[in-house]
Amino acid sequence: MTAMLVLDILLVLSLLSLATAALATNDARRSVILFMAFGLVLALAWGRLLAPDVALAEAAIGAGLSGALLLTAVRDQAHRALRSSRKPVHERGRANLRVTLEWTVTLLCIALAGLLAWALAQAFDRAPKDTLAQAVSANLAISGVSNPVTAVLLNFRAYDTLLELAVLLTAALGIFALGPARPGHRAAGPVFDGLARWLVPALILTAGYLLWVGAHAPGGAFQAGATLAAAAVVLRLAGRRSVGLPTGHTLHVAMVAGVSMFLAVGLGLLVLGRPFLGYPPAWAGGLILLIETAAMLAIAATLVLAFFGGRPTPAPGVAEKTS
Amino acid sequence: MLTAHWLYGISGCLLLALGLRTALLHDMLLQRLIGINVMGAGVFLVLITVAYRGPGIAPDPVLHALVLTGIVVAVSATALALALARRLTAEQDDG
Repeated sequence: MTAMLVLDILLVLSLLSLATAALATNDARRSVILFMAFGLVLALAWGRLLAPDVALAEAAIGAGLSGALLLTAVRDQAHRALRSSRKPVHERGRANLRVTLEWTVTLLCIALAGLLAWALAQAFDRAPKDTLAQAVSANLAISGVSNPVTAVLLNFRAYDTLLELAVLLTAALGIFALGPARPGHRAAGPVFDGLARWLVPALILTAGYLLWVGAHAPGGAFQAGATLAAAAVVLRLAGRRSVGLPTGHTLHVAMVAGVSMFLAVGLGLLVLGRPFLGYPPAWAGGLILLIETAAMLAIAATLVLAFFGGRPTPAPGVAEKTS
Repeated sequence: MLTAHWLYGISGCLLLALGLRTALLHDMLLQRLIGINVMGAGVFLVLITVAYRGPGIAPDPVLHALVLTGIVVAVSATALALALARRLTAEQDDG
């Protein structure tokens, strides 16, 4: 018990100090790297709080892919442009105003944290009713999977996941609309190239495993999609141009795969006289795997597109500009 | 109420406040984005702490599913924000 308490205190202190350090510095690169470390410690905290599904997603997305996205942003902006356009303030009156504003905002934020902590303490003091968690465990047998988190995501609250995929698609369309992808990286040296040769097949295999195992253990479409996207990021960093991301129509199909498979299954069930997304228990396992496979492709395509930072340029004949 | 509830719950609230303060006050867009992400992490920490029931007891899977959804939405929002920032820079450089 004491050992657990020591672990808890260490985790909480590392989280708070890493977050403070990441936000206090003015050096963008330093800030991003500290934020990635924060994500990894957070994944440990999820593991400690018995949330292994969330820990996997955090390690792959929160620490890995977010970090890669932010570092790329630091690289192409080279510190210069991500600054806001606020002009330096010279007049003393303005500077005083700014100090007052900073203190006001800080005090309000502290008040917000206090209020939240108070509300949380009230919620913990009441005996937890757990009606939702009980409903999940009571109906787990007919959900088609035995991992309760996957059952919630793909069966009991499938609407939420359908709309989440719609949010992802919207973000991908926004990125698509904002312009062409940034130029790729130079071809990597032999060491990184050799590493990529080992890493990429292992990541693809891991993605397939996570997708399959999500039915009865921690894992699922999100973690698998993120791992697949990580494979593409490694290839991109190694200087491979297309990284297996299709262009043109195939890419469009991959982007909408999750939403359209969800809708096809839902509408098909409506035609058969079932409620929208109300799977018959006998088919539930198969239908969930089908939707998850499509969702994995859509998530991976969106995340890779995000790393590219824009619409991938089609013409494969054109020599690529290196950076 | 468990000790873990206190520790992680209060840390979640602090992370939220810290992230919000940075998002509102920092000069650089990138740090503001990281601030928003830290805010999100604080919210997730509070949710997962609420889902936690103690050692050896199954936690609430509904909240875990919510946080999973939240993580994916947060990364896509960050990606869109970065793409917008990049476009903004390109416009400013041109003009």
